[in-house]
Amino acid sequence: MSLELLLQYIVAGLTYGIIYAIVAIGFNIIYNTTGIINFAQGEFVMLGGMIAVSFNAFLPLPLAILGAVIITMITGALMDIIFIRWLRSPSVLRMIIITIGLSILIREVALHIWGESVRALPYFTGNEITSLSFGGVRVSPQVLWTVGVCSVMVAGLSLFFRYTMVGRKMRATSDNRNAALLCGISTGNMVTLSFVLSAGIGAVAGCVVSPITYTQYNIGTGLAIKGFTVAILGGLGSSVGAVVGGLILGILESFSIWVLPAAYKDAIAIAILLLILFLKPSGLFGKSDVMALKEF
Amino acid sequence: MILQVEDLNRSFGGVQAVKDVSFTVREGMIKAVIGPNGAGKTTLFNLISGTLRPDSGKVMLEDREITGLPPHRIAGMGIARTFQHIRLFPGMTVLENVMIGCHIHGKAGFLAGMLNLPWTWKEERRLMERACEVLGFLSLDDYMYNDALSLPYGQQRILEIARALAVGPRLLLLDEPAAGLNMRETVQMAEIIRKIKEQGITVLLVEHDMSLVMNISDEVLVLSYGEKIADDLPLRVQKDPEVIRVYLGEEDAQD
Amino acid sequence: MRRNVAGYLPVGLLAILVFILQVVLKTSGKEYFLTQITMSVYYSILIVGLCILMGYAGQISLGHAGFFAMGGYITAVLTTFNLLPYADLPVMKIMDMLGMFSRWQDLYGTDIMSVRPIYAGIFAVLFTIVAAYLIGIPVLKLKGHYLAMATLGFGIIIYRVVLGTPLFGEADGISDVPPFGIIGPLRVSGDMSERVMNYYIAWGLLLIGVLFLINLVNSRVGRALRAIHGAEDAANAMGVDTSGYKLRTFILSAVYAAVAGVFLTHYNGGIGPSEASVMKSVRYVAIVAIGGMANIWGALVMGLGLNFLSLRGYFGSYDDAVFGGILIVIMLFAPEGPLRREFFSRIMGLVRGEKEARG
Repeated sequence: MSLELLLQYIVAGLTYGIIYAIVAIGFNIIYNTTGIINFAQGEFVMLGGMIAVSFNAFLPLPLAILGAVIITMITGALMDIIFIRWLRSPSVLRMIIITIGLSILIREVALHIWGESVRALPYFTGNEITSLSFGGVRVSPQVLWTVGVCSVMVAGLSLFFRYTMVGRKMRATSDNRNAALLCGISTGNMVTLSFVLSAGIGAVAGCVVSPITYTQYNIGTGLAIKGFTVAILGGLGSSVGAVVGGLILGILESFSIWVLPAAYKDAIAIAILLLILFLKPSGLFGKSDVMALKEF
Repeated sequence: MILQVEDLNRSFGGVQAVKDVSFTVREGMIKAVIGPNGAGKTTLFNLISGTLRPDSGKVMLEDREITGLPPHRIAGMGIARTFQHIRLFPGMTVLENVMIGCHIHGKAGFLAGMLNLPWTWKEERRLMERACEVLGFLSLDDYMYNDALSLPYGQQRILEIARALAVGPRLLLLDEPAAGLNMRETVQMAEIIRKIKEQGITVLLVEHDMSLVMNISDEVLVLSYGEKIADDLPLRVQKDPEVIRVYLGEEDAQD
Repeated sequence: MRRNVAGYLPVGLLAILVFILQVVLKTSGKEYFLTQITMSVYYSILIVGLCILMGYAGQISLGHAGFFAMGGYITAVLTTFNLLPYADLPVMKIMDMLGMFSRWQDLYGTDIMSVRPIYAGIFAVLFTIVAAYLIGIPVLKLKGHYLAMATLGFGIIIYRVVLGTPLFGEADGISDVPPFGIIGPLRVSGDMSERVMNYYIAWGLLLIGVLFLINLVNSRVGRALRAIHGAEDAANAMGVDTSGYKLRTFILSAVYAAVAGVFLTHYNGGIGPSEASVMKSVRYVAIVAIGGMANIWGALVMGLGLNFLSLRGYFGSYDDAVFGGILIVIMLFAPEGPLRREFFSRIMGLVRGEKEARG
């Protein structure tokens, strides 16, 4: 394998990897405030891309994306308000099944609106054949858009959680819900906000990546399980872990095509997930004692 | 010696919950483990009964090493336990709860169960009789068909003990049997523990109620921050300056 | 014993109903319903098996379609793969002498030697047992979300493998699977002339399966499983080998799924990748949940009813959405299943406008 080809694989891996990282961070945000793994996380990415494509038919690209992100965020908020908010200490099993049900419903609605066809936004700059060359490696500008936008989102989120009042309130809610409640924080609203946030970043990721990977009504499940793999790989709840885990998975997947038929690509990611779950469920960056404390 | 514990260690993320603890329990005695909150008493129980694995150290039941065995194997070898926070089986009757205690005395497996083989009926009747015996011994037989969780709190504590006795243990571990009981019930509990000892069953218990401990124990082991600070007769332990310091210190902190 | 007789009564009643249903369909000239009923019955075998795992042992599996597909695909491959080119190998000759092969001609008149369906079916189930054992050991150590994701992951791997492997026919699946001769004239096939017989074969299998499970639930093992569901650590401390019991229940339910897969594949004469899809697994979980989790009869009734409606196409293009919607409604309002009184009082409460407080 030549060096160029090797780098090409790595670039492809990074593009997918950063998307997995965003899905994983979406899992983390909701998990941190509620202890729920939202199985409908991948549907946010799908919704973002699909809605933007529809809007782009009559709106300029930036407005279409903005509209798609806002609508997905509202969907996230409604999910919490209608289905999750009023449940009194639901069991984990119950929450799993509810979010699975929601993911099916969103997917089916998408199927009835957009059909089975594969769609994509136009390239943000240039087109399919535009490429920038970095020392022999040809990179589509859309890859730079994807990696750039996602990196900005990750950085923005960590600043948000660290330096803004709302971000701190959300962290307080995740540390100790009752204590946060006593401090006058409306934990219910913080939970809704966490759904809105994770829907929002998912939708943005779905928009920027759609020119490269395309989008279809049923991409959610695959993204969810890969995002979950990444979240576990990086240690549930850790953003840095999610990014590192996402890049690892993306690159591994990209190289797996070289060894195995492409049809098995998804199986690779899942095999990795199973392996981690069996060997070190606390992930690469998680602390096993912390995991033991959180009832899971 | 029915139980021998040697240099047992267990830590949780840097906090040493049990540190180099060694002690022995003689057959037929009642031994109490006391100590301030967070002294590592329940951890010690979990290490003996197999719920937790020790980082290092040894637990011997008579001559056999049981360190790190899974709980059901340890139960099968003759150690049964109760839980500090009552862990009865919800949605099952008092009788069924105790019959789970009898579980190891039957052998009907999946295949025999699915085929409903005639010999399993006899076995079921035997297990049921055994459970009734235990219920009778602890005077719970009137509630046999009640839902276990519908019993009053004090009776639930006794049912926990009944379930453990049904295992047929030689060593019974009681984790705070009198927690949450009123004075009258505590006296009753002391009576029950004595009755169990009379059956020839060795008892190791964790307890906060000092009057109960001093009243029924043959020996008292004192833990503080995971370390053994005394292991002696109740009267001597009461006079031990280290023990007094630990307990008074705790009371100061509480004030 | 008394309770056993009481437990068998519904099975007997159901057998009578099965007969009455057949007669009614025959006299009313609606015999074409038999095909979908037979298929629903096979799916229900998987569902009652999953019910034991979820409702009694308390373990979720989002990968049961994987076991169903495992059974179906293995028997389909073995009974259609032409072994004639290898017929001269010594091993093949020995197996041939033992009567493990059958010779037939396909639609184009090609001579085919393949594994006799009964042996293929047995092998498929044995293979599933081994697979469930190997998967179950690590998977069942997990709890909650982890268990759900791991089983979901297993299901997706199976789906991807059948979809991406030429041996399994990729997107087309495997067709021309021959009928499955059980004993004498009894055989599982989609042949119109044998429709009534197959209706009874399916029901017979389901009723035997249910009978076994009812026995199991009322046995020492059933009691231990309920204890595991209620308080796993306490059951373990009382001497119940909790991980062993969970593993055996997992294998048992996988066997039910594989048996259903084997029979349905021979009945339909083929199998496609959609049988392995995640949506199928979710659908089975939904049906068990609607049936009331720890309720074999509930799972059975819902399994028959919903699968039948779905197969008859009553849900139209909203097939998956119906199951998704049902899941949500049940889990929101009646996590213990709708066949209980609280469910109705809760719904009435909602109608009257009482609101549940937020915890």
